[in-house]
Amino acid sequence: MSGLVIRNGLVYDPLNRVEGERMDIYVKDGRIVEGPLKNAEEVDASHMVIMPGGVDVHSHIAGTKVNVGRLMRPEDHVKDVLPRSGLRRAGVGHSVPTTYITGYRYVEMGYTTVFEPATPPLKTRHTHEELDETPIIDKGCFPLMGNNWFIMDYIRENKYEECRDYVAWLLEAVKGYAVKIVNPGGVEAWAWGKYITYLDEPVPWFEITPREIIRWLCKINLELKNPHPIHVHTNNMAKPGNYETTIETMDSVKDMASTSNGQPIIHVTHVQFTGRSGTSWINVGSGAPEIAEYLNQNQHAEIDVGQIVFGDTTTMTADGSFQFLLHLLSGNKWANSDVEVETGAGVVPFRYRKGNYVNAIQWGIGLELALLVKDPWRVQMTTDHPNGGPFTEYPKVISWLMSRRARKRLLRKINSTARRRLHLEDVDREYSLNEVAVVTRAAQAKSLGLAWKGHLAPGADADIAVYNLDPKQVDPSRDYLKVRKAFRKATYTIKDGSIVCKDGEIVSSMLGRTYWVKPPLSKEARESLISNISGKFREYYTVGLDNYVIEDEYLANPHVVAPAR
Amino acid sequence: MIEVLIRGAVCTVCGCCCDDLNVEVTDGRVERVENACSLALSKFKHYSSERILKPLMRVGNGFKETSYKEAIQESARLLVNSNYPVLWGWCLTSCEAVELGLELAELVGGVIDNNSSVCHGPGLIGVQDIGISGCSLGEVKNRADLILYWGSNPVNAHPRHMARYTALAKGRFVASRRERKLIVVDVRRTETAKLADEFYQIEPNSDYELLTALRCAVNGEEIELSTVSGLPVERVEELADALISCRFGVLFYGLGLTMTYGKSRNLDAALSLVRDLNRKTKFLIMPMRGHFNVTGSNEVFTWVTGYPFGVDLSKGYPEYNPGITTISDVLRRGECDAALIVASDPIAHLPSTLAETLKKIPLITIDPHRTPTTEASQIVIPSAIIGLESTGTVYRMDGVPLECKRILDPPPGVKTDVEIMSDLLSRVKELLT
Ligand code: SF4
Repeated sequence: MSGLVIRNGLVYDPLNRVEGERMDIYVKDGRIVEGPLKNAEEVDASHMVIMPGGVDVHSHIAGTKVNVGRLMRPEDHVKDVLPRSGLRRAGVGHSVPTTYITGYRYVEMGYTTVFEPATPPLKTRHTHEELDETPIIDKGCFPLMGNNWFIMDYIRENKYEECRDYVAWLLEAVKGYAVKIVNPGGVEAWAWGKYITYLDEPVPWFEITPREIIRWLCKINLELKNPHPIHVHTNNMAKPGNYETTIETMDSVKDMASTSNGQPIIHVTHVQFTGRSGTSWINVGSGAPEIAEYLNQNQHAEIDVGQIVFGDTTTMTADGSFQFLLHLLSGNKWANSDVEVETGAGVVPFRYRKGNYVNAIQWGIGLELALLVKDPWRVQMTTDHPNGGPFTEYPKVISWLMSRRARKRLLRKINSTARRRLHLEDVDREYSLNEVAVVTRAAQAKSLGLAWKGHLAPGADADIAVYNLDPKQVDPSRDYLKVRKAFRKATYTIKDGSIVCKDGEIVSSMLGRTYWVKPPLSKEARESLISNISGKFREYYTVGLDNYVIEDEYLANPHVVAPAR
Repeated sequence: MIEVLIRGAVCTVCGCCCDDLNVEVTDGRVERVENACSLALSKFKHYSSERILKPLMRVGNGFKETSYKEAIQESARLLVNSNYPVLWGWCLTSCEAVELGLELAELVGGVIDNNSSVCHGPGLIGVQDIGISGCSLGEVKNRADLILYWGSNPVNAHPRHMARYTALAKGRFVASRRERKLIVVDVRRTETAKLADEFYQIEPNSDYELLTALRCAVNGEEIELSTVSGLPVERVEELADALISCRFGVLFYGLGLTMTYGKSRNLDAALSLVRDLNRKTKFLIMPMRGHFNVTGSNEVFTWVTGYPFGVDLSKGYPEYNPGITTISDVLRRGECDAALIVASDPIAHLPSTLAETLKKIPLITIDPHRTPTTEASQIVIPSAIIGLESTGTVYRMDGVPLECKRILDPPPGVKTDVEIMSDLLSRVKELLT
């Protein structure tokens, strides 16, 4: 292969402080290289924008609960079908796309790396099976640890080293990428049909608190030097007044920040769902200004937004109790899926309506978060796919971030009480293309510790998106529909140096990597851990310890990421 | 004498997928199996009888032996030349083989369906209508103080279910049988019913009535009848009270609910009852899946096509409409003009009129054993037995995935399902380009 040159595009590469410069990008053997290159294939990107391939830190694309979502939604599938054509597999799309379609649709938008943020360790073999059938994109998954009996027992018995070794072993055993915490202690309570409502409420039977779970896992995560901070879905999801829980959660680990070289040590996810003020569904409002204020004052925390988009989608989280409440509120069909020793999950179809007061508030909270947090590196763009809306709606979200006019237009159509109570009308900020590149790829790659992703310096993976958008001709603030159109279908998506998508159509396919981390664990520590847990493992689980561990060879294209920072 | 001890092998018989079999192999033969139930033992005893060792092709009333290459070429040709083939089975093989089958179906068009359409399909349709309050089996073992088997008889069909996962299991929060209440609802006094604390014997085909009455009682309505499903109304109320007052209850249902009068209506009622119970206590529901990988087959179908069974790909994209797109439907309408059967025996198990239709069209069967279906086939391709002679992923009835172990070598020359399916797929791709 003699390489590829992308000529004359306007490059947005925030990690290397390149902001709209006209540059040629050279690619060889799957990497960005220094030019020039002889006999290279040329791609003309004149009047176009070049960015690193998109990176998604939080998108439910694979595993048990996603598949329950697919099973539950035949009425969603029939709206959006894709025939086989050429090298492209068939499938269905919309809110819970089949695995092949998931890969293609991300690539069509110029995304090349996506993380599934919630996998029950016991069922992670399933997650990997689906990820292996999700083409082109690189990916990984975060094992759920916030309600794990072993971890909660260690905390109760105050056995820190054992707990740390267990976390290290678990990540390796299931080939996971980051420590995920969902409704700490609350999912265990839900297994009994009960709820946890504040950070210091004892978890039934275990008599430890969500605060302790978060702190222990944060400390362990830092000590193991895992590439991504603890990834937290807080308690009290969706409840009025929960912005306080969100701030309290971030604040609960603040004292550990000194060990991280200024990098965030906690990632709080889909904060739109946990950024509500008020005391009831009648007076629920936006707590975004308070959360933004906290983030503006404190460097140790980062968030992703979890923006909602009006329309029909499928909600799914490991937070089974929240899904049950959503079922009671909406009357929609409901699936629950509790997993022994570890976690739970729930699925409920949902339609966000502009005229609905609460939904309109939710829409506003997401955008207020994105616009009021000053540092774009710590407010990443997601829809918590498919919870806030399908990932295919990202172009719409980008247009709202870039255009006050686009926001105003929608503001006029939403529930009027919500409009009055939101702060959005007064927010003038409009994202630049550079900031868009930060929140959709650079910041997410950085947060994930993928040093070779999310930028275009020599040595980086040649994952590149070319969008048909000429910033000299198009004013994103006014022509936001053009922005949407450009981000919906990349003119080129290049993955590992190969053109995989041209004019929004898949032109070649490949198998992406699955990243996982292997934290340090000495032979002695491993042996003593195994002998310590094997008895309890037999008692609590219904599968054998050996069958629980996922062999390296099980993954089609595994890549181990070494401890970072 | 070579002795090998394989620990923690996954049993590939019923949907319990017990993963604690210790298998002793001596001289390439299974000598002893620890932890196996009677069903598992009989599989280990009989796996080598009625084996097919060479691919077979029909000549007149008999078969001639042939090579894999030729059998696969001819199979590919038949499938590519057919207008509306049906690809069926997929429950006694690995998920990896199912993945290949789904791509094959995309290429040749027609219908791909699995055994669920004639067993637990109504439960899956129920999930599409109502949803499901589900959990993994360890949740039952650790927490359940009430276990209800409805139209299912695990003592005979899933022999280790109660010991490993439910009534007889020892769990973290429920230590013994004494702390669990076992209730059985069935039309006859099964072996399982004999072990129950409470047995409700109901009239055949009256499950829907009883489920609906229970929903009324659970939701605080008065049942204005003196008997329901043959039970005095007081007994029904007593059952409803038991369901409400437990701390953590689970309803396991079998074919006694899915394949009796009402079918998916029964499941709508059962899933709704359990959903409603969650307003009062914690309650869950789980199908007692029969074959060891029928669940996995549904999972793979769903992540590739969006639908768990009965998928029509003749237009190039997945369509699903049970009543139109399952094997029974296409056979009843006499529309399909070729069939590929993987690890299943439809001629023995489908209604005889449908089996007759199947006998009239070109039939290709991939199976380790001689069955009524292989006997009626044009082409028979022998395969290795998964979980014994080949590895592969299977899903337990609660959706927990497990990797099967290879315990023995397959008979000389015999290929695995995955090898056969990939060869077939490549050959079909060649013919289509
Ligand atoms: S209960 Fe089922 S899976 Fe378990 S040993 Fe018996 S046949 Fe095998």
